[in-house]
Amino acid sequence: MRVNLTINGHPRGDEIEPRLLLVHYLRDVAGLTGTHVGCETTLCGACTVLLDGKAVKSCTVLAAQADGASVTTVEGLAKDGGLHPIQEGFWEEHGLQCGYCTPGMMMAAVDLLSRTTNPSEDEIRHALEGNLCRCTGYQHIIKAVQYAAEKMRAAAGR
Amino acid sequence: MAVVPKFVGARIKRREDPRLISGTATYVDDVRLPGTLSAVVLRSPHPHARINSIDAAAARSAPGVVAVLTGEELKGKVGGIPCVAPAEHIPFHPLLAQGKVRFVGESVAVVVATDAYKAQDAADLIEVDYDPLNAVSDPEQALADDAPILHEEFGNNLVTRALIPNPAVDEAMAKADRVVKFRIKNQRLAPVPMEPRGVLAQWHQANGQLTVWTSTQIPHLLRSALAAVLSLPENRVRVIAPEVGGGFGAKLNFYREEALIAHLSRMLGQPVKWIERRRENLATTTHGRDQITYLEVPVKNDGTVLAIKAKFICDMGAYLQLLTPAIPGFSGLMMTGCYKIPAMSFEQVMVFTNKMATDAYRGAGRPEAAYIAERTMDMVAAELGLDPVAVRRRNFIPKEAFPYVTCAGLVYDSGDYDAALTKALEIVDYPKARAEQAEALKHGRYIGIGVASYVEICGIGPSVMLPPKVPGWESATVRMEPDSRVTVLTGISPHGQGQETTFAQMAADAFGVDIDDVTVVHGDTAIVQYGVGTFGSRGLSVGGTALMMSVGKLQDKLKKIASTMMEAPPDQLTFTNRTVALQSDTTKAIPLQAVVDAAYGWKMPIPGMEPGLDATSVFEPSGCTFPFGTHVAVVEVDPETGVVKFLRYVAVDDCGNIISPLLVAGQVHGGIAQGIAQALYEEVVYDENGQLVTATLMDYAAPRAQMLPHYELAHTVTPSPLNPMGVKGVGEAGTIGSTPCMVNAVMDALKPLGVRHIDMPLRPEKLWRAFKDAKKA
Repeated sequence: MRVNLTINGHPRGDEIEPRLLLVHYLRDVAGLTGTHVGCETTLCGACTVLLDGKAVKSCTVLAAQADGASVTTVEGLAKDGGLHPIQEGFWEEHGLQCGYCTPGMMMAAVDLLSRTTNPSEDEIRHALEGNLCRCTGYQHIIKAVQYAAEKMRAAAGR
Repeated sequence: MAVVPKFVGARIKRREDPRLISGTATYVDDVRLPGTLSAVVLRSPHPHARINSIDAAAARSAPGVVAVLTGEELKGKVGGIPCVAPAEHIPFHPLLAQGKVRFVGESVAVVVATDAYKAQDAADLIEVDYDPLNAVSDPEQALADDAPILHEEFGNNLVTRALIPNPAVDEAMAKADRVVKFRIKNQRLAPVPMEPRGVLAQWHQANGQLTVWTSTQIPHLLRSALAAVLSLPENRVRVIAPEVGGGFGAKLNFYREEALIAHLSRMLGQPVKWIERRRENLATTTHGRDQITYLEVPVKNDGTVLAIKAKFICDMGAYLQLLTPAIPGFSGLMMTGCYKIPAMSFEQVMVFTNKMATDAYRGAGRPEAAYIAERTMDMVAAELGLDPVAVRRRNFIPKEAFPYVTCAGLVYDSGDYDAALTKALEIVDYPKARAEQAEALKHGRYIGIGVASYVEICGIGPSVMLPPKVPGWESATVRMEPDSRVTVLTGISPHGQGQETTFAQMAADAFGVDIDDVTVVHGDTAIVQYGVGTFGSRGLSVGGTALMMSVGKLQDKLKKIASTMMEAPPDQLTFTNRTVALQSDTTKAIPLQAVVDAAYGWKMPIPGMEPGLDATSVFEPSGCTFPFGTHVAVVEVDPETGVVKFLRYVAVDDCGNIISPLLVAGQVHGGIAQGIAQALYEEVVYDENGQLVTATLMDYAAPRAQMLPHYELAHTVTPSPLNPMGVKGVGEAGTIGSTPCMVNAVMDALKPLGVRHIDMPLRPEKLWRAFKDAKKA
């Protein structure tokens, strides 16, 4: 079957098997390997991408379901050569170690920050409950999200 | 010229991060080679069964299938998986089961197809005729006369027995006011690195060379093992550990799939890739811990501990991986902890069960030891009605006693245990916390305060402490390139720890250059000189010392050359701000580049000196480092639900001098998270028939953000005398301190119920039952 979608602002279309998962489409067909597979069962969040602006686990979405949609992956975060504030936050606050959960973690955080501009520590912990990190113990991830929130508020003049 | 700052000790953002936050890092599954085939492994659903026959005909003719292999077809073509630690019984460990399966998830056959979906489809078509056998999953039952035997050739399920007797322990029992006896369990855990294992192998037929990309902590050791199993010369095997998404000891190993996929590539003449799925990861990547310990502790009424006697039952699983039977030794040797306990003895019985093998998991034997020592202190305090802090202080090794030889014969390098305890208690305001606890209890609120003072063994170490094929030394090459930029090649293999940053900080300061002038390379056996790897918190203390040895050699050479150019003795020169300068007056300097030009030039200033700037060193430690600290937790247990709420978590760690404070905090945080997870949440569960119950992340409770506290960190600094940086290692410290700390806190909360001990994980159900049972009584 054929899917037509937009990935990180670039439209594309491909012939695919109906059973192909979105994460495998992104990694193996579109060649965007920044999105990782950690569990294939929606439990770890390593594969989180934005589907029409909302965070989804791309390991349990069929590529076919993304037909006509707009997908944002970690590769689409940086704009005009500058890092996205969430990327800056993770770097600045040591929000990653092995880096495997990081793309999914950042996408889930971007989803949160699109809904609330000044999340509390509890809200951040809650919003990231679908994303596992085994290295950081989460504290620096929370600081990274707070860093990004502040940066984005400042940029928006709030 | 701008002044080059100092980097050691400063808060430096990691140099690894730009590729990781942009999604451009290359993990094994991200490596793309044309013509790559995908492999899927068919695994046993039975814990113990005889294989009567395997019918793979349908799979072989399925669409896209290139090959199917079974254990019988591998016989005589490849070797088995090695265990390098000594043991009485080491079974043959095949790449695919031969005749019998011995645990759920054991590899039985492998399918190679043009893509992973097709390989999975074909694997589903393989019919295996099994005769199920009785299984044993309880290590205490595994040695019973009627227990099913895993490896018939041994006649029983004993792996090995270790006995460290000591008559002084019996004398202490006789002298004691009382003997505190209890049984504790360090439950089985799954390391769960976020990146599962994965292997990509490429055989180059034309020159008989093999390249293997694998998610490992030990590329060089793996190259040696692979070459042996596949009967290839080591110089024809290249192992690359690309970006590695966490290891925690689980990737300090040599797995069936690493050899199997390499063999398949050689057989088929095409690249073959296998990526572990999470279900496979939970079933077939090594587990950790799984020790039961019976303790007898003779004490005086004032809290003085006279000895510790322990019997360990250690569950090794069905086969032995690289270091499986070596891990419990550390638990025995370190179980006297921070205390001047004059005598100890132990017996360890290691057994086969129908489960995945255990092996190193963050801390590898020392979390178990710290759990024994720190639960002992609290049990003694409870028995004698003393404050747990007072019992610790009564038994601490005093700071004047270092270097201290323990009753197990270990030499603790340096320490000040009371300083770390005192600092942690100050931060938490211990007297006030105790008063609040008493007040809360009046209102039916159960608050607990847990203290754990740990010491662990790191930077292992003198090679004699390890099996011959996993030595304790480490290597580093430092090269100053013709443009005076510095390349570091390290034998360690970091996978999240951040030595691309810390080693760059150290090298930059040593040569007076910018951190951006240094590149750290690791994880490729074709580029990096032979090394050992990253495990046991050894990266900085052992690998970093090798680095500084090579740095020193280059500094000496550069100074000698500069001395001829500056007419000053070499020992009066220093490196600063990209110059070689007089120590007494750094304005008298020549550019570093001028010295480098001379070293690489057509005429060396010193006759007979080799051109170039390249030095390699190997550091063999003379002893181990012993990081330590005190963690204090304040928790509240809800009697209605059994849920543990975190009120404070304070960690005072002493890892010696600190090169990179940001990275040390990261290591401590992550360690605490995994240690608390053992205390409260995680357990690999096999039912009594050997079936794996925790095969997904739905059932295995790796903690999420809401399940962990906010950590308050502080440090004391007691440098190690064993390396030039004075560092001790910090990768495992958090894990080692936090497990007993959290259990002590919860048990303290339950003290009014008269409960002394509940085995981990302390999940709400267990605690709720404790309240319910207390109410009944």
